Amino acid sequence: MSEYGEFLATAPRRKGALRFRPAVMFLVPLAAICFQVYVPRFVPFAAYLELPLLVTVYFSLMRRQPVAGTFIGAAIGLTQDALSHLPLGMFGIVKTLVGYFAASVSQRFDVENPAIRIILGFFFFVFHKFFYWVLARALLGEPLPLDLAQTMAVGALNAGAGLPLFLLLDKLRDEDPAVIR
Amino acid sequence: MDFLLNRYRSLTILVVVVLAQVVLLAFQVKTNSNVPLIRVWAVEGVTPLAGVFESFRSTIAHFIDDWLMLANAQAENRRMKDELGKLKLENHYLKSELATAQRAEALQAFQKRSPSKTVAARVVGTATGVGAKVVFADRGTTSGVRKGMAVITPDGIVGKVIASFPNASQVQLITDPSFAAGVVSGKNRTVGTLKGQGRSDVIVDYVQIEQPVEQGEWFYTSGDDRVFPKGLPVGQASVVRQGRTFKEIFVAPSGFQRGLEEVLIVVDGVHQQIPDDAAAQAQPVSLLPPPPQTSAAPPGGGSAPATGTAAIPDSLLTDADRLKRKYNGIGESVGYKFGEGMSSPNFNAPPKSPAPKTEAASPSANPPAQSPAQPAAKPSVPPPGKQ
Repeated sequence: MSEYGEFLATAPRRKGALRFRPAVMFLVPLAAICFQVYVPRFVPFAAYLELPLLVTVYFSLMRRQPVAGTFIGAAIGLTQDALSHLPLGMFGIVKTLVGYFAASVSQRFDVENPAIRIILGFFFFVFHKFFYWVLARALLGEPLPLDLAQTMAVGALNAGAGLPLFLLLDKLRDEDPAVIR
Repeated sequence: MDFLLNRYRSLTILVVVVLAQVVLLAFQVKTNSNVPLIRVWAVEGVTPLAGVFESFRSTIAHFIDDWLMLANAQAENRRMKDELGKLKLENHYLKSELATAQRAEALQAFQKRSPSKTVAARVVGTATGVGAKVVFADRGTTSGVRKGMAVITPDGIVGKVIASFPNASQVQLITDPSFAAGVVSGKNRTVGTLKGQGRSDVIVDYVQIEQPVEQGEWFYTSGDDRVFPKGLPVGQASVVRQGRTFKEIFVAPSGFQRGLEEVLIVVDGVHQQIPDDAAAQAQPVSLLPPPPQTSAAPPGGGSAPATGTAAIPDSLLTDADRLKRKYNGIGESVGYKFGEGMSSPNFNAPPKSPAPKTEAASPSANPPAQSPAQPAAKPSVPPPGKQ
């Protein structure tokens, strides 16, 4: 086992799911969607930020329940679909998968670690982008381009933006379960 | 089946959810229709928030814009205030320069006009001493300034040099208590001595009570003091009243009217005539043209001689006028012409016919009752008012 594998194996993990107030669970994704709808009008650079994805990843990681992650991803994705010009389900399917896998991963890693958060943020952005591209081509037949370099760069940007966002959302948690070894 | 659902519950739910969305997607693609309900909900849920955000953003943006504009306006206001201050200073400086130039121009014009030789000087300081009215001028012996020279401005006398140094001189002002100079009034030619009092006005002393001096009368230097050339203006009498021994005459010096910054030092004085009362000259009097000359003889007169007394009414004639008329009448009666070297007529001879006419020129000597008795005189004397 490598040194990092040992770190992952021996890293303290949290017991049980973190809880959020229902208002937080509703308003934070809504704010993320509104941000994506509204802010790029005035700050074009903000269009590169996939805040709904980051929020999906965060809540899924914190909830630690794949079922919850599934529904969180589906809800946020479908809402995103509803505000897009594409048929409903594209973002829904992709974010459902993201939520599920993020929740599954949270059972194996210490998701409080900033490095883990950055890696997961980058990974799920690339996953989201790639899967959306696949679905668009497979289900809708739309020849969407996939620029890997740009995807990597934007992924890094979102991973970097996710770190302070996750720290900010940490402040909205209800309780802090005991840390177990 | 139950085992699978329990064992792979999460995965099963995932598959169900994903499949449901795939079906939804397939339905939309297949039917080429939309799912309006979800979109309406989403749009109706998001757009109000977007409206709130837009209002908030516009409010903040306007506030920031206003704040920035206010800050800019404040900075601009501060800059403009600074600029205004500088411009005020510059304006004040230029006004001062202009006034100096105008005074210098006036001095130069006065120098050209004045027969006395003068040197322009600038008052650069005030001598120390309580109550002393002594200033320093920036011209001294190197410019020909000597002790005892008069110091004047175009408006009047200012003082005299009491000490001269190479590049400066001390000038005792006429308001100094120890200053004295001879003056004479312009209208009545009343002579007195100008004395300073340490105040802004000066007095003219040693004027007898019975000597006439009017308020507002101008005083000029008399030249008696051997310091000031005769005829320079001193000032106007502001107060004239009777004192115990002499008149009390207060004079407002005219030499300080435009301040005391540039002066003229009289290095070679020339006496001038004292003008008539400047106040009278300053106020021109409107005079009607003289009345038209009449060729008629005076009322009651005889031959109306072409002399200056012809048009004078008899009531204003003097004895000399009457005597002159009598002689003229005698001369006309004998054909004598004065001023042509002829032998003199007998002025003691009793007057002939013209004589009564001459006598008749005087109404008092020729009562109206006697006039009808002298018809010879009537043809030559037209009645008054018929010419």
